[in-house]
Amino acid sequence: MIPAPFEYAAPKTLEEALRLVERHGDEAKILAGGHSLLPLMKLRLAQPRYVIDIGRLRGMSYIREENGHIAIGALTTHAEIESSNLLRAKCPLLAETAAAIGDVQVRNRGTLGGNLAHADPAADYPAALLALDVEIVAASTAGARTIPVNEFFLDMLTTALRPGEILSQVRVTPLAAHTGAAYEKLPQPASGFAIVGVAARLRLGKGGKIEDAGVGVTGLGPKAFRAEAVEKALRGKKASDKIFTDAARYAAQGVEPLADLHASADYRREMASVYTRRALKRAFARAQGKA
Amino acid sequence: MSAEIQVRVNGKSYESQIEPRLLLVHYLRDVLGLTGTHIGCETSLCGACTVLLDGKTVKSCTVLAVQASGSEITTIEGLSAQAPTNGNGLHPVQEAFWEKHGLQCGYCTPGMILASVELLRANPNPSQPEIRHALSGNLCRCTGYQHIVQAVEFAAKKMKSRKR
Repeated sequence: MIPAPFEYAAPKTLEEALRLVERHGDEAKILAGGHSLLPLMKLRLAQPRYVIDIGRLRGMSYIREENGHIAIGALTTHAEIESSNLLRAKCPLLAETAAAIGDVQVRNRGTLGGNLAHADPAADYPAALLALDVEIVAASTAGARTIPVNEFFLDMLTTALRPGEILSQVRVTPLAAHTGAAYEKLPQPASGFAIVGVAARLRLGKGGKIEDAGVGVTGLGPKAFRAEAVEKALRGKKASDKIFTDAARYAAQGVEPLADLHASADYRREMASVYTRRALKRAFARAQGKA
Repeated sequence: MSAEIQVRVNGKSYESQIEPRLLLVHYLRDVLGLTGTHIGCETSLCGACTVLLDGKTVKSCTVLAVQASGSEITTIEGLSAQAPTNGNGLHPVQEAFWEKHGLQCGYCTPGMILASVELLRANPNPSQPEIRHALSGNLCRCTGYQHIVQAVEFAAKKMKSRKR
């Protein structure tokens, strides 16, 4: 399994990389850690004429606090997110989700930006980022723009990134007080990708009332999505096992589930409810300071 | 189309003109002749091709050789130079796999050993579940893993006693 030939460029700065993607448009692919792009190129499902390697732009690898949010550089690896003390303290859901990706070697190499730009429908991060309602920053020679994550995933392997743009940063709001979040996933046993993965975030008010909820689902359909019907069924209600079970029934509402060798559409739909309920229960326990 | 790369592999510097599409595992095996790194699934699942790239394990079937330019690589051939050996030329983890029968056919072994080395650096005293978790990116079709886990535990003990 050898990729088709391509021309290789390793720009020294993001600006240089942006000029190259602008010049080559559709004929170019951005290479970060390579753990989404290279498998496609080896299968010849992708045969870009130009490969622009931004993997050495170490300035794009960081996790830091900035104006009340946490900014994560696109080239930050899954291993760096998994082990970040800042994220473990202020947004443990992201560290927990990163730890659920692939295996040690994959996490050492794969990057947040590469994972999101690739938009695999079974990737783990999208569920967490949707539940957290993050912002994605896209750079171009014209400047940077911010895309709400809810508008980022358009379809299977398709995002709102425009030609000439490079995903440069993800902005996460730290979890508010009395908030808990959890990621629960049914992995495909061979690849570790999510057959279904659900991330839930719950903010509790007085007397256990659910003041805010965010639920992101991956693996179920052609793109990760926010389960708005579940969130609606939770907001303003008093948290209980019954309300979680009832709300989780809406997890697959409005979605045409994928079906493959590993899981039928009906099975995926059922598992979306089961894993939504589990994620809600664990998020609730954490919001109360347990688990 | 060709690209120039400079790498240090097992402490030795190399400069090569290669095609950009050349995978790191093919560079190590075919250009440098270091055939201790094995090619298994070629889909970044099995871990047979695991090497240390700047001290971290990677699956060298899913890294282009050009991506490794400027980096330091350790393959199974260079491992024994990285730790005090018992005079037998083997790294303590290699010795432990031998002692505890952590291999049968040996195909997955170089990758298993390098993944174990990374684990023991970060966690010198891992529990069995931690060992299994750390090696979940390495598949073995012979041993049923039990002896591999025991070998890693044995290596941890050996490395601790040698440090004293």
